[in-house]
Amino acid sequence: MLPTDLKPESFRAYPPEAKTLVENYVGSLRRLPLSFIPSLLREVIDYDFKFPAERRSLEQELANWSSLSEGTGKQWVEGFAHISLSPQLEKLDWVNRPAQFVEQLSAYLWTTHQLDAFRKAAMDYADRLHTAVPTEPPPVPRLGITVLGQKAEGHGRPLFRKLRPHGAYYSRLKPEGGLHELLDAIDDRAKKHPIAYGHWYIDGGEAAEHSSAVTCVSYKALEPTRAVLLRKVRAEKDKPGMGPEALRTLLAQMSPAELGFGKEADPVLERFQVKLLTEGSGTQVFSTTFAQWAAREVLRRAQPVTLLVRFAPRAKPTNDLLSANQDQAEMDPAGALVDADFGAYYNWLNQQRLSGAEKSAFLVWFEDHGEALAIGPGVPRGTESTQAANLKDVLSWIT
Amino acid sequence: MTSLRQYDSLLEASRHIARTRRDFLRTAAGMALGSTLLPSSAWARPAPAQSKRKIIVITFGGGARDQETFAPEGQENIPHLMGELLPRSAFFTQVVNRGILGHYVATASLATGVYETINNFASLPPEHPTIFEYFRKDLRRPSSDAWVVAPSNGFNRIGESSYRSYGPGSGARVILPKHLLAAAAQKHADYEYLLRDNYETPYYAPELQGGEFELRQLEDILKVSVDDFKAHARTLSSPDELSVYIVRQLMRQVAPSLLWITMHDIDVAHAGAYSLYIEGIQRTDRLCAELWNAIQKEPEYAGRTTLFILPDFGRDSDEDEGGNGFQHHRTGDVLSRTTWMLALGAGVREGVVYDRPVDSRDLVPTLGAMLDFSTSQAQGKPIQELM
Repeated sequence: MLPTDLKPESFRAYPPEAKTLVENYVGSLRRLPLSFIPSLLREVIDYDFKFPAERRSLEQELANWSSLSEGTGKQWVEGFAHISLSPQLEKLDWVNRPAQFVEQLSAYLWTTHQLDAFRKAAMDYADRLHTAVPTEPPPVPRLGITVLGQKAEGHGRPLFRKLRPHGAYYSRLKPEGGLHELLDAIDDRAKKHPIAYGHWYIDGGEAAEHSSAVTCVSYKALEPTRAVLLRKVRAEKDKPGMGPEALRTLLAQMSPAELGFGKEADPVLERFQVKLLTEGSGTQVFSTTFAQWAAREVLRRAQPVTLLVRFAPRAKPTNDLLSANQDQAEMDPAGALVDADFGAYYNWLNQQRLSGAEKSAFLVWFEDHGEALAIGPGVPRGTESTQAANLKDVLSWIT
Repeated sequence: MTSLRQYDSLLEASRHIARTRRDFLRTAAGMALGSTLLPSSAWARPAPAQSKRKIIVITFGGGARDQETFAPEGQENIPHLMGELLPRSAFFTQVVNRGILGHYVATASLATGVYETINNFASLPPEHPTIFEYFRKDLRRPSSDAWVVAPSNGFNRIGESSYRSYGPGSGARVILPKHLLAAAAQKHADYEYLLRDNYETPYYAPELQGGEFELRQLEDILKVSVDDFKAHARTLSSPDELSVYIVRQLMRQVAPSLLWITMHDIDVAHAGAYSLYIEGIQRTDRLCAELWNAIQKEPEYAGRTTLFILPDFGRDSDEDEGGNGFQHHRTGDVLSRTTWMLALGAGVREGVVYDRPVDSRDLVPTLGAMLDFSTSQAQGKPIQELM
């Protein structure tokens, strides 16, 4: 099947809201090259389970494509049109299984040395889209907070090295009650600026008490889900015909119900958590990886205005990766501190990729210690302060 | 923050990366800037007669970025390469890999001099003749003279290709130390941390096919009893340490002329823990120095060995929003394709930096030219600075 063959009924198996959305654009979708359209449909098919921010982005992208004249549209996707595809790819059910198509397309692009051309086509398209549909600034400047080093006694290398050129380093803060000050601050923001999925708290261990106005995901709360997932992988991996691609596909197709969800009334959040564990690499076994990847995905998808990420100690890597008893393994707080220190840098980078970056603020704190680093519009870059303040003060200076 | 999107081409970005690293090395390590106009023989360590010359290749893997190795902020992770090996080396600042960035297929490409397109996760031989097959066929060397020590089950077919007129029986013998340990150990639980097959698909290990090293050969060839092997394995902390232990035995007992060692600890980065990735780099740095020192001590190798150390490729850039930085090598961005190479020992000019782009396919023709055998199907060119 080729894009020119698309009809409204082609999407009859899509979830209800996705079906309604895509049926409005069937005519314009017929003009997209096959090397491109499954990537777009991969987003469309998940529309019912997307956060408001990504729904808006997808709606705008479809509306924009639909508004382009035939000639302009050709220019936009010219790079994709030059990508050659195999007959096997063309025969795949890319309408109903777009994610699997994209996975096989990726392998095909590598083997046929077309990856660089595809990459350029994608970047050109994204640049045009960003120009045509500028992202809206957030209703309130974004605030990112990373708390790291739980249970770590100290560090061999200076902390925050990647971030220091961008902000002010504090070496003598008062750590007492610091975590509560930060949780209070995000709760206040959530109450003052009520935005669906706009305020998040990710904990790499057990979540501390927080307001229900904040969306929370924690490694500890997902322990039963992780155990079910690892048991399923262990049962499947040795079956005949199983390979890495098949295993990845199997993981990607797991539903919340299969992994023990279904009691909560938030299918969007449930689906998000399942994807963290089934699509993220290492998220099932290392709490630091889970926290960093969850933060990346929250920023990329939900585009929150507030995000607190608290890293926790992680297991030492000497145990069986498929063991369901990961959480009983010996812990490595010092290693987790190094992981989280770099993770904080990624949290900041990912926040800066969102709209309103010039007004965004970021704080990273070594939990229960006096070291922190703050980045914000009014904060002098590459500076150090020995001022004895508390975290609440620092937050007030950057927000 | 520098965005790589400002670069117009892979080549321009590669040059920028090389310029940054070269400038630092010249000032910090006092290394001279080399030129293709100067033959290496002008200042090179003398090369032995080709019949006695030995070559060892170490892939510094799997996948290491500049910023954690030779870039200024990464040099603290590689004290042995910086302090001990670099001053004795010809250093190539930009080795560009334009092929598939999967460890098995990229290593196979390094070993054939052709960008292989085989499935990275399948147990398949390279499609073009390997360096081992060229070496043995042209120089009429026995199978005991070319060996590969490789990290995971997926590498068991790397010793010989499926190419017509080469293939089964004409290539290198392959040792998979983890496979050997798994066969020797009754209880895998005691050695779980040494037996993890790979990090990219940690839940899946391909079944072995082809000519894997048989357990009985542990005693016959390496002269190590199964009990001693198991006891020694308990003292080790990583699969690459196990590989180096096997390599030391192989050098002592067999002394092959062509020895290829694929390190893989660094690829733990796929699990997303930065500290483990850095530990992998630090360990690989130490193991490379250990092997260099072993070369100096072994009578069969001292003074007649040329050592090559190079990553198979890099990892994704922090700045590429399509990836997740150090964790993977999936974007195909410039940083993930651009790495470095150290060459040191017999016939190599010491303490020189070369900043022109070298293609990763150039390794095979270079080794062929050094040992005087034909590499007719390889697509790279001999690196003139090493001739």
